Amino acid sequence: MSDLVNVLEIQNVTKRFGNLVAVRDVSLNVAKGEMCAIIGPNGAGKTTFFNLISGFFPPTSGAIRFDGQDITRLSTHQRVSRGMARTFQITEIFPELTVFENVRIAAEVASGYRLRPWINRAEAAEIHRRVEDALKLVSLETKTDRLVGELAHGDQRAAEIAMALALEPHLLLLDEPTAGMGDQETYQITQLIRRLHRDSNYTIVLIEHDMRVVFHLADRICVLDQGRMLAQGTPKEIAANETVQAAYLGNAA
Amino acid sequence: MSGEQTRKLIALAAIWAVLLLAPYWMVPLGGYTALGTRVLVLGLGAMSLNFLLGFTGVLSFGHAAYFGLGAYGAGLTLKYLALSTPLAMIAGILLGGICGSLLGLLIVRRRGVYFAMVTIAFGQVFYYIAFQWSSLTGGDDGLRGFSRQPLDFGLFKIDIVSNEKAFYFFVLFCFAIAVGIMGFILRSPFGRTMIAIRENERRSRFLGIPVERHIWIAFSLSCFFMASAGALYALVNNFADPRGLHYTQSGDFVIMAVMGGMRSFWGPLLGAAVFVTLQDYLSSVTVNWMSFLGLLFVLVVLFFPRGLLGFLQRSKA
Repeated sequence: MSDLVNVLEIQNVTKRFGNLVAVRDVSLNVAKGEMCAIIGPNGAGKTTFFNLISGFFPPTSGAIRFDGQDITRLSTHQRVSRGMARTFQITEIFPELTVFENVRIAAEVASGYRLRPWINRAEAAEIHRRVEDALKLVSLETKTDRLVGELAHGDQRAAEIAMALALEPHLLLLDEPTAGMGDQETYQITQLIRRLHRDSNYTIVLIEHDMRVVFHLADRICVLDQGRMLAQGTPKEIAANETVQAAYLGNAA
Repeated sequence: MSGEQTRKLIALAAIWAVLLLAPYWMVPLGGYTALGTRVLVLGLGAMSLNFLLGFTGVLSFGHAAYFGLGAYGAGLTLKYLALSTPLAMIAGILLGGICGSLLGLLIVRRRGVYFAMVTIAFGQVFYYIAFQWSSLTGGDDGLRGFSRQPLDFGLFKIDIVSNEKAFYFFVLFCFAIAVGIMGFILRSPFGRTMIAIRENERRSRFLGIPVERHIWIAFSLSCFFMASAGALYALVNNFADPRGLHYTQSGDFVIMAVMGGMRSFWGPLLGAAVFVTLQDYLSSVTVNWMSFLGLLFVLVVLFFPRGLLGFLQRSKA
């Protein structure tokens, strides 16, 4: 572990909303190439924690470092341009555009073309290649001309992940990637995330409710409860941890 | 794919053919050239508004301010500064465009209904300035005492003052430049970020688009286009009117854009054509012409939510 570089370092972040402390003094390091899963009961502060990482709002106290630089006060789009990409619990896409167009916007913005009134042939070809690579990774290459709004839920989620991939991120944040999916789709998305991690070596932080998915995928699991970090460790350690069992896994574990 | 492209090219060619030949087919149909000129100018205004409304997804209810500023900019230039039609155009475009860009910095911080309210408020400020500052603007009577000038190319002149056809083609030329730039921008990477913001603002932000800045740029561009329509409007009437700045005028542009179809590029032009023609025809029949137009608007919104052009496209397909 010691020779690994930390992509993300979160130091003692706290987020208050009035009297409510949604996230309390949480620290977390994510190493390059690691897959870290965040679990916890409803209302444990998982999504708030994610919003802090991706810059939806700043923390009340604490610091966040990304690729060695302090990003605590940076806005969302600044964090994205430094290489952080995120998907949402409820899929966020451009429904009236095609799959290709959805991903192309991501690729163009990531290439720094967002203010350009035109791009030349070579640049357009490069964008095209980037879009196709991302679509191939998520197995949507046969549906490029379909409107995203008309796709099945699992494919929409895959398209959203493809948009994130087209940003060529150093860190991928996935908020409940299998939320609201049937077994078949859950299996597809799990396989996809596993490929991204094992084969393409992405650094991934994900929130997940489905324990099969978490214990199957993650290198490391962090358990949040009432805004606090209850425990961190490998899936084995977490499964054996008595505090976690008491608080979350219940007697079933 | 290529079939669709051919169809689009044919449609585009048809639109330009109709516009180029308008002075020749309008008169036999009972119209007159100046009516076509008005359609072009107000259509350009509606398309400018729709650049923002239909393609960035934010509703400005005060765009007449930049239309009116364009008109006053052109009128004041002709009256006090220079007897030149092109200079008047440029002055009008700069006045409306720059005012819009500066106010836009404040306006883009708001979204939704608040955005619309702030645009109305700023628009009304200009209305009252034009209304009160009689010594410069002529106040309630409007700005008079100027006239568009012949186009002087050194070797030859084009008379756009009394020759209505020549003036129509001059307006069409300006219209074509503005619309061409609009179309070009919408097909660019920047234009695609506008559509991204319309489709899903949160997703856009999380793709690394600074949403406020992009809305501001779209707003400013839209104001420059709107001001060019306003400047042309002053040349059409040889007159600038404070009512051109009023929010009811903004409402007319919104009606044209929504009635024609705000998701389509050319929809607002069709909306303007219907609006201007009906206004012209109905107002000679009844003083209550606005209620008939309003009724039509309600029917279109209820039964063709994608506007007249959206309906035509669907029934063709």
